[in-house]
Amino acid sequence: MNVVVCVKQIPDPAAPSALDPVTHNLDRSGKLILDDSDSYGVEMGLQLASGDGDEVILVSMAPGGETSGLRTALAMGAARAILVSDDALSGTDSLGTAKVLAAAISRAEPDLVLTATESTDGYTGTIPAQIAELLGLPSVTFAKKIAVDGSTVRVERQTEAGFDEVECPLPAVVSVTAGVVEPRYPSFKGIMAAKSKPVDVLAVADLGIEGGQVGSAGARQEVTDVADAEAREGGEIVVDEGNGAERILAFLEELKVI
Amino acid sequence: MALDNVWVLAETGEAGPTSLSLELLTKARTIGASVTAVAWGGGAAEHAAVLGEYGATKVYDLGDTGEALPGAPVASAMAALVEGGERPDAILFPASYDGRDVAGRLSVKLDRPVITNIVGMSDDGLSTQHSLFGGSQTATARFTGEGPFLYVVRAKSFAAESAGGGPAEVVQTAAPEAGPTAAARVVSRHVEERSGPKLDEAGVVVSGGRGLGSADSYELIEQLAKLLNGAPGASRAIVDAGWVPYARQVGQTGKTVKPNLYLACGISGATQHLVGMKGSKHIVAVNKDQDAPIFSVADLGIVGDVHKVLPALIEALKSR
Repeated sequence: MNVVVCVKQIPDPAAPSALDPVTHNLDRSGKLILDDSDSYGVEMGLQLASGDGDEVILVSMAPGGETSGLRTALAMGAARAILVSDDALSGTDSLGTAKVLAAAISRAEPDLVLTATESTDGYTGTIPAQIAELLGLPSVTFAKKIAVDGSTVRVERQTEAGFDEVECPLPAVVSVTAGVVEPRYPSFKGIMAAKSKPVDVLAVADLGIEGGQVGSAGARQEVTDVADAEAREGGEIVVDEGNGAERILAFLEELKVI
Repeated sequence: MALDNVWVLAETGEAGPTSLSLELLTKARTIGASVTAVAWGGGAAEHAAVLGEYGATKVYDLGDTGEALPGAPVASAMAALVEGGERPDAILFPASYDGRDVAGRLSVKLDRPVITNIVGMSDDGLSTQHSLFGGSQTATARFTGEGPFLYVVRAKSFAAESAGGGPAEVVQTAAPEAGPTAAARVVSRHVEERSGPKLDEAGVVVSGGRGLGSADSYELIEQLAKLLNGAPGASRAIVDAGWVPYARQVGQTGKTVKPNLYLACGISGATQHLVGMKGSKHIVAVNKDQDAPIFSVADLGIVGDVHKVLPALIEALKSR
C-alpha cells in the first residue's frame, strides 16, 4: 500500500513570528522545520505502509526549495518526497494550496492520503476536505485511531460527544489528530539515509496548474490591516509560600464562584 | 447592509441547533437583509421555530443524510442549490468538525476561496477580524473577488441573541447523490461519559499542561473542575503527548473558551494556548516558572508547584 502524507514546513513556532509589513504574508524567509502536527501522519503512514513494496511518499509545498523539514520526515522512514516550490506560490490561500497538493498527490497514485487536521502556522483546517474534493475522494477528518482492513479504512473520528466509528473505502483522505500514534524519533541511521533519499522538486507549471489559480491573485482575498490588539492587563503575581491555595480561594469567593 | 442574502450552515442535534449555529444566525441578521439556515439530519423541520427565533426566515432542509459523514453530501446539496439559481452573497459556517468539512468541499465545488478563523466581522459583512500571534495582534481581511463569500467563524465570536422571530419557512430539498466522495459512513457512535458542563459552555474551566508532569496528575484537574462545577481542559502539549483526548484542547488548534473563570495549571502560556482562552473574564494561573507568559494575562498568578497548590485547593474546597 502506498501512503501519501502531506507535510508542511513552517517557521519554528518557538521563535517569534511576524507578518511581512507590505504583503501581510507570514514571513517564511528563515529556516523552516517540519510542523509537529505532521509527525503523527508520518508515523501513522509508516506503520500502515510496512509491507514489502509499500511506500510512504511525502508531499509538501514550500518556498525556496526548502527541504529541511522534509529531511526530518525522510529520516523517520518515508521513502521519498515531492516538493512543489515556485515563487508564483507566494500568497497562495488554502484553496490554491489544495489545488497544488492535489495535483502533486495524484502523481503518486496513493491508496491513502494522510494529513494533519490543520497546520500550526496557517490553521485554516479546510485543506483535507478541499484535497479530497479535488481528487474526487471520500474523506474522514479528525481521526484519533486508524486501521486498514483490505480496501477499507476504519477510523475512530473525534466528535463533540465522544467519537464515531467510521468506515470508508480506499483510496481516501484521512486527517489525523495529535495522539493518533506516538511519532518515532529519527535514528542516526535514518538521518544519514535521509540525505540521499529522492526529493522531486516541481514548479506550478509542471503540475498543469495555471498561474492565476495560485498566489495572491488566486487567493482573491487580502489582509487590509494588522493592528496591535488591546493588551490584557496583568494582575497580581504571588510566590507560593504555602498560602497559594488560600489566595485562590479568596479570589474565587470574590468572584462568587464559590 | 451590503449583503442581501446570507446563509448560515446550522448544525443541529437532539437538543436543537448548536450554540455556535445560533451565534452565526445572530450575526447574519446584522450583515444580511435576509437570513436562510441550511440544516440536515432529518429533524430540520422541528428546529424551524428556534432557527426562526434567532433570525432565519427560511430553512433549507437537506433531509436525512443517513450514516454518511455530512461533509460531502451537504456540500453537494448546497452547490446544487447555487447551481439551481439560488444566490447567497455570503455563507457562514461554524468552525466545527463537520462545518469545516462542508466549507472545504463547497469551496472546491464553487471554486471560491474560504476565509477561516473569523473572530469578528464588520456590520456590512465585508471584512473579517482574525486573532494572530496569541491574540497580540488583530488582522482585518476581505475578499476581493466574486461571492458567495465563504466564512468559517470560531465559536464565541458573537453572542447569540433571540430576535423574537416566528418559525422559519421550511423548504425541503432533496440532497443529490454525492457519489464516491460521500462513501465514508458512520458504523457506530460512542458518547463518552461527561459529568458537568461542556468545555465551551462552562462558566468555569480548569486546564492542565506539561507542568502536571504526568498523565496521572490530570486527575487533579478533573477533581478541581468537578468541585467548581466546571469543565476540564488541556494545553496542546499534553494532548499531543496523548495524556487526554483532543476534545479537551483549548487553544488555536482546539476550542475557544470564554468562561467567567479560567484556571490554568502548569500551563506556560504558549501563543497557541493564549489565543483560545485570553477572552476569559477572569484568569488564575499556577506555574513554577515566574517568567511564564501565562502570568502576563492572569488576574491572579501563583508562582508555585501545581502538586502542592492544587491538592491544598481541592482539600479546602471539599471541606467547605
